[in-house]
Amino acid sequence: MKASRQSITDFILHLHPRTVPYPTIRFRLSWGLGGMAVVLTGLLFLTGALLLLAYRPTLEEAYGSVRALGRDIPLGYWVRNIHHASANLLAVVVVLHLLRTALTGAFGPGRRLNWTIGLGLLVLVLAANFTGYLLPWDQLAYWAVTVSMAALGYIPLCGDWLRGVIQGGPEIGQATLSNFYVLHVAVIPGSLLVLLLWHFWLVRRAGGLISASEGGEPIRRIPVVPNLIAREAAVGLSLVAFVLFLAMFWNAPLLEQANPGMSPNPTKAPWYFQGLQELLLHLHPVFAAFVWPFLGGAALLLLPLIPGSALPGGVWFGSERGRGLAAWAAGGGALLAVAAVLADNALRQPGVGMAAGALIARGIVPTSAVILLAAGGYWLLVKAANRTRAEAVMAGLVAGFAILTVLTVVGVFFRGAEMHLVWPWHGTGGSL
Amino acid sequence: MSKTDTRFAGFKIGRRTFFNRLWAVLGLAALAEFGWLGISFLASRRDRNRPEREVGVVDAGEISMFLPGTVTAVPQGQFYLARLPDGGFLALSRTCTHLGCSVPWDEEKGAFVCPCHGSTFSLTGEVLTGPAPRPLDTYPVRIENGMVKVDCAKARRRDRFLAEQATRI
Ligand code: FES
Repeated sequence: MKASRQSITDFILHLHPRTVPYPTIRFRLSWGLGGMAVVLTGLLFLTGALLLLAYRPTLEEAYGSVRALGRDIPLGYWVRNIHHASANLLAVVVVLHLLRTALTGAFGPGRRLNWTIGLGLLVLVLAANFTGYLLPWDQLAYWAVTVSMAALGYIPLCGDWLRGVIQGGPEIGQATLSNFYVLHVAVIPGSLLVLLLWHFWLVRRAGGLISASEGGEPIRRIPVVPNLIAREAAVGLSLVAFVLFLAMFWNAPLLEQANPGMSPNPTKAPWYFQGLQELLLHLHPVFAAFVWPFLGGAALLLLPLIPGSALPGGVWFGSERGRGLAAWAAGGGALLAVAAVLADNALRQPGVGMAAGALIARGIVPTSAVILLAAGGYWLLVKAANRTRAEAVMAGLVAGFAILTVLTVVGVFFRGAEMHLVWPWHGTGGSL
Repeated sequence: MSKTDTRFAGFKIGRRTFFNRLWAVLGLAALAEFGWLGISFLASRRDRNRPEREVGVVDAGEISMFLPGTVTAVPQGQFYLARLPDGGFLALSRTCTHLGCSVPWDEEKGAFVCPCHGSTFSLTGEVLTGPAPRPLDTYPVRIENGMVKVDCAKARRRDRFLAEQATRI
């Protein structure tokens, strides 16, 4: 008995260091976000395995097998709802986890590789969400594949080839569904598991979470078992209870069966891509579907390689002063996004298409404007206001995130039929 | 230990470094092989989704069925037959040139309105408001014995509407 209990402890210690710095178990340092992501992933694997028993990945049966979950299988819909709720919460939690990491300075030397792996995990989570979205083969699914496949086609040089490979042919059909099914139940979960273990292990190797030094004194360390484990269990179990409860009321959507002849109006992407869809309304498709996401991804990836880009570790926003700056950056970014959406809406009069000249007017001009704005902001902060480089980088990140949030909120709540701007209380509902 | 190390002394790398690099190269080679395998497997399936039935020439109906200035949906060919005010015929693809949603004809507005990102197209398929980058694609139209026939085999792309794209009697 003793031996087996010891083995459990030892197993835990493979993922955690034996001791952690005392300040890192403070809930308000990490908000338990990484742990929450792990718990949600666990729920997804469990409910996913159950759903696999009921789902049939063929064009004829896919829709019916999802609908049958609600009718023929006891608690079938609850399982699907738990899967759906966990997936959506996971998308929120991983983004917040990324922000937490950046805003407490945890991508500096010693943690660079783990930042990169974390970004890989973020991509996998979004890809898992999206490939899963398609499996029921209802109207939401069908038009989401259509639009995303068309967006792939805008990637310069290899776009059309890539689209053909993923789509499995010139049209969307059985091969497309099979591809997404295999991605969703095998490729993505498998890769996720590998990267996840690597992610944990690198946290362990860096000595646990990042922490501030306590004046000149050496940092006090406390044993992981039971201190950290108890806290993790508390967060994890409450989260499981919350998700199970939520899934009783929050139904996963299922529209009519896919109909290639008619797009629903409005046709909306899943909410985590609404920011992107909002860009698609304003920018030339090459820029909205390729250039901007590429630049954004590259910026995140390169962030830790810039010397001095990480805030002092373990303190939110680096300092009290940094917190003020972050608030200004968030407010500024949000205002800018609202202004841009409204201005473009007013300018988009009849006759303004996206023909030849649009590549410049709706591609190169806004892109250069954003780059100039970012460079100007950086120069002002570092040269004129005497802020550190890390603080300027942090402000940029916060502003970018605020912009993305505003675009997402506008897309989800303020876009009605034909994607006109509407007040949410007048609108015709969105897709969630 | 030091004995084996001297063997590699000429390369200025230790035995451990040497093997680490070897493993890295082999690992990358294996990864590349798997990647290549996966892609060629996927690529071989590229033409699995062929259209269900070979769409060839579709009979849209008699000329007299279409009044000038109207748009008629022809479901069996998945296109719209537009009759221009001057009597010319234009067969327009119903697929939005932006990201592929299907565009319904809005009688009231007298325009095609895309539900995905709000592009609008005129009766001739020209872009009225973005973000669509080019006008709706067209299919070749023939008129034989008073019947309108449309060849749905391949959609034609165009940059703008030109009068000669329409077929006149
Ligand atoms: S697909 Fe028609 S506007 Fe985007």
